[in-house]
Amino acid sequence: MLQYGARRLLTSIPVLVGIVVVVFVLARLIPGGACKAMLGEKATEAACERFDRANGLDKPVINCIKSVRPLRFGGCFVNPVETQLFIYAGQLLRGDFGQSIRFSRPVSIILVEQIPTTIELSLAALALAVLIGVPAGILSAIRHNSAVDIATMAGANIGVSMPVFWLGLMLAFLFSIVIPILPPSGRISAGLTAEPFYQVWGLYLAKGTAIYTLLEFFSNLYILNSILTLDFEVLFDVLKHLILPAAALSTIPLSIIARMTRSSLLEVLGQEYIRAAKAKGVPRVRLVVRHALRNALLPVVTIIGLSLGGLLGGAVLTETVFKLSGVGRILFEAITARDYPIIQAFTLVIAVSYVVINMIVDISYSYLDPRIRLQ
Amino acid sequence: MTADATAPGLRLLPAEELTGKPVSLWRTAWRRLFQRRSALLGMAILGALVVVAVTAPWIAPYDPYQVLIGVEAVDDRDPPCIHLLGCPADRPQHLMGIDSNVRDLFSRVLYGAQYSLIIGVTSVSFAIVVGTLLGALAGYLGGWVEDLIMRVMDVLLAFPALLLAIAIVAVLGPGLINALIAIGIVSIPVYARVVRASVLSVKETDFVAASRALGAGMGTILFRSVLPNALTPLIVQGTLGIATAILDAAALSFLGLGAQPPTPEWGSMLGKDRNQVFTAPHLVFFPGLGIMLTVLGFNLLGDGLRDALDPRLGREGTKLGEA
Repeated sequence: MLQYGARRLLTSIPVLVGIVVVVFVLARLIPGGACKAMLGEKATEAACERFDRANGLDKPVINCIKSVRPLRFGGCFVNPVETQLFIYAGQLLRGDFGQSIRFSRPVSIILVEQIPTTIELSLAALALAVLIGVPAGILSAIRHNSAVDIATMAGANIGVSMPVFWLGLMLAFLFSIVIPILPPSGRISAGLTAEPFYQVWGLYLAKGTAIYTLLEFFSNLYILNSILTLDFEVLFDVLKHLILPAAALSTIPLSIIARMTRSSLLEVLGQEYIRAAKAKGVPRVRLVVRHALRNALLPVVTIIGLSLGGLLGGAVLTETVFKLSGVGRILFEAITARDYPIIQAFTLVIAVSYVVINMIVDISYSYLDPRIRLQ
Repeated sequence: MTADATAPGLRLLPAEELTGKPVSLWRTAWRRLFQRRSALLGMAILGALVVVAVTAPWIAPYDPYQVLIGVEAVDDRDPPCIHLLGCPADRPQHLMGIDSNVRDLFSRVLYGAQYSLIIGVTSVSFAIVVGTLLGALAGYLGGWVEDLIMRVMDVLLAFPALLLAIAIVAVLGPGLINALIAIGIVSIPVYARVVRASVLSVKETDFVAASRALGAGMGTILFRSVLPNALTPLIVQGTLGIATAILDAAALSFLGLGAQPPTPEWGSMLGKDRNQVFTAPHLVFFPGLGIMLTVLGFNLLGDGLRDALDPRLGREGTKLGEA
């Protein structure tokens, strides 16, 4: 298992290197350049030169290529150490994501602030999708061709066709205007603050240390933080804010999971060993739960893993609709502002987590199905 | 499968199939497709949308770009006014209301069908053509060509599709055509993989060896022997892919990266008026409904095609003789 994991990590290195290079070049291909985006369209040549020098953008992008857009060759055979790509790769290896051009703050701090929002949102959506989707699929399969089955599948077909942003807006309208029970946007009500748990516990740490960054990251997971500080008012408030975005984001994976569970379970229920178990007199619930479900869940696990990528994409839309500041929205804004360090760091984090998630999914196969030997 | 004749999945062949005349895969597939209620529903939705898209210039009561200030006594963001549902007869009828720029929303939504269908079909066609070429080359040539192509596809697949599309549009600049290209590029890996897999499975068969022995070149073998075998999964993937492409294109337009106002494109209409959702929900509701129906149509048809074209599958996507 460990060996397999290690090898998977090693083989994903070329893909990760590819990702770093693609993102690096893609970010620099965005027309306009950081200077004009930050200082305005009318920024003078001299001001831009100063700006570029300050942000290290005056160096050649890759050896021989001075700038990608407009494509300007030059500085060929310079010391490769002097190129932007090399400097960036070096920083990256030291775990340094650089400074955000727009906010003039270290990108790692911004990551620590924004990632928890998206994690909370995606996990909540995934939890909804699994907790509703799997039972719905099971019910649909054991009541095959019944009204319940047809209704569930019709719902799943509609759910999978629903634009996330439209559903989000409609839910916000429905549950905060027509029936005003939930907040239409934001992560926490104005006036409430989620005091970091380490401060409540009386820990005061120097800013900038690794342990501080780590604790700060966890304290930005508001749900976890409010449980740790036993602040149930905040917990309740945060959960209330989370319901609508999570519901909107979960619709597509929920529908896919329900369909997958159903068809997979139907297939398993038709097999000989199930007939044998039935003949033996195994009670129906036990038959489905103990005998069939375990085998039926394998493709479902794959689908759950695959949905996470879609969740991250959907998070951009959900965060825009519900005015949450998370990975998706920051990344989208960074692209418009040509904030290269942020674009690079956030895309990299997303791509790496995607690769890791796929690996976890692959490894979980062998737990669910001992016939699969990972090698 | 050794199930006896009474096993639920096995059906007796209809009489015309017992005459000895060969029945082509396509004819069987058509019949199976028409036996499915959900596929029929999908075709009905899409048929209706195509009719709406083609006849929009005639059935739309207004020009989708026409601002009605001074033309009629209407205000911006007026709710729908339908005479049959009790709207006073002296007020002009607007089935879906008025948008923020005082235009007839119904006409704009009708024209929107044109954009959605064209976006879906063109971006997926682009992806299929490029993906097929790349996948065929990778599968047929093997070696470093295959490694290079498939690793690039892996890198593309390592990003969530929508985020990658956003990044590509950022490079190319916002606009409908660029959004189309971005979505096309993002969808390439799926088709490349499908085609490569079929090429690999067909490459070593005897009939390919035979045509090679007869002196057929690579092009002939690829286009006459290998690709026809990849057609079925491509059709299924393509139909389902159109659904995803339409959703992603609408999302790009919603974020302001795709079709630009005043183009009557559903995603862009929705994005522009999203802040009015609490005061004028009809501005958001109807364009979104259009997107959902179109995507639903392609999804239903795609599912139906998958079941109809894959002879190994029985009803409901389960294997024959089971369930």
